[in-house]
Amino acid sequence: MSDAAAPMPKPRPLPTPVSQPFWDALRDERVVLQRCDACDRWVYYPRARCPGCLSDQLTWTTVGGLGTVYTFTVAEQPTAPPFADEVPQLLAVVELTEGVRVSTTLVDVDRDALAVGLPVEPVFDHGDDGLTLLRFRPRA
Amino acid sequence: MGWSGDACIVGIAERPSERKFHGTPTLTIEQWAGLAADALTDAGIDPEAVDGLVCAGDVAEASLFLPATIAEYCGWPVSFAERVDLGGASAVGMAWRAAAAIELGICEVVVCATVGRPRPPSPATRGPNPRAVFGASSMEWGSPQAEFDVPYGNVAQNCGYAMYAQRYHALYGWDERGRAKIASDQRVSACANPAAAFYGQPITVDDVLASRVIATPLHLLEIVMPCSGGAAFVVTTQDRARDCAHRAVGVAGFGERLTHKTPTYAAEMPRTPVRDASVRAFGMSGLAPADVDMVQLYDCYTITALLTIEDSGFCGEGEGLAFVDSHDLSYRGDFPCNTHGGQLGMGQTGMSGGMSHVLEGVRQIQGRAGERQLRRHDTAYVSGTGGVMSEQGALVLVGG
Repeated sequence: MSDAAAPMPKPRPLPTPVSQPFWDALRDERVVLQRCDACDRWVYYPRARCPGCLSDQLTWTTVGGLGTVYTFTVAEQPTAPPFADEVPQLLAVVELTEGVRVSTTLVDVDRDALAVGLPVEPVFDHGDDGLTLLRFRPRA
Repeated sequence: MGWSGDACIVGIAERPSERKFHGTPTLTIEQWAGLAADALTDAGIDPEAVDGLVCAGDVAEASLFLPATIAEYCGWPVSFAERVDLGGASAVGMAWRAAAAIELGICEVVVCATVGRPRPPSPATRGPNPRAVFGASSMEWGSPQAEFDVPYGNVAQNCGYAMYAQRYHALYGWDERGRAKIASDQRVSACANPAAAFYGQPITVDDVLASRVIATPLHLLEIVMPCSGGAAFVVTTQDRARDCAHRAVGVAGFGERLTHKTPTYAAEMPRTPVRDASVRAFGMSGLAPADVDMVQLYDCYTITALLTIEDSGFCGEGEGLAFVDSHDLSYRGDFPCNTHGGQLGMGQTGMSGGMSHVLEGVRQIQGRAGERQLRRHDTAYVSGTGGVMSEQGALVLVGG
């Protein structure tokens, strides 16, 4: 559009009081998920209440962060201008062992090796702003 | 269900799709009023009789109190007013809400409109519009999408639909020609629709597959082109419909289903919410998928139409590519699908793109489709899709 002159900064997560423990754990290179004490459901993304039974009894639990590629796409054109430097973007949805799905990108992988079902492990991408994004790479 | 299906669509208005709008830009509320006037004229109903309105979120002059703003502007005291926030499923949602209000006896004449032409630039200076950069993705603090999806580049529509297509093919096989054939068959119909942006520009399956890849596996020609436009329709009672200019088109059945905003959190990709919506719509109407004369399916991408064919019950899960391969989807064919060219052939006229499917169903049933008029044209199945397979609606329309 017309605002090409002033490049927009890359959007970064802005934690909320409820989600803060998730981002704190990523900074420490741990993946934590909420588990619902009432219905035993794993919850992602972090919420104040369980999506389903709406219990507010959710307990942060450290998990291994392993998963598989549920689906992916290679974006040959930036999905938005701030991501132009990442093209081709290896966008993916990863299903963690616990069954929840996560929006992410894949790193350290040849695009020809991408496949639905590929086993992956977490990569903790620490930013200068103190925030860590959860990316994934093929398991060794 | 207690649904009589008596409420009817009786008049329509549609602006031609234009890649570059050639007229004078007007305020969107002015566009809304103009479309309403034209649809009422088409129906043969006096604007003074309007007592209901349904808008979508695309009128830019107000972010809140939109129905009241329109009622005031058009000079209509209304007994029923709705703002439908279902993206590409809005038009289908508008149709059944209007029909339901009429069945309940709340009102008798309801105008539904969506705008899609450019506005003049505001004299007030403004910062960059985040919608221009991030599409329909929310960038508000506290939005799950802004916090957990957008920072990874999972933004707007292309990548989400591409991930649906990727998983579809991983599960059901890699015949990309089936997807491409949807675009080329629909282009045959666009070439019989002078209002389509791609009128006079046929394409082959090979053209589609040779166009550049935007997000694997989707090619440029599998993705709608943004255009200007505008659309409206009028819904009224069966009694009033008798005095209208054209054949009444009854809303015989409808369904709606919403499951997620970002497809990362879809229950079971590539299955889609229209499964539930279509079962309800067909059930209410007493018709089965095999009974309808045509389908007008929301087609922001080829994969959208493909999944809608499967999940609406026209073929089994995973059989869509073979189904498309063995049928002619054009207006001349044995499975007329998007006889106006679809949005792939018309161009996507903002929120009015979704309304184009409803209008084409009405136009065909009324026998007003010109060169592309179907010989059998009494019943239509129409779908709408918002977000990334997030929210879907279905209509069964039946001529009176």
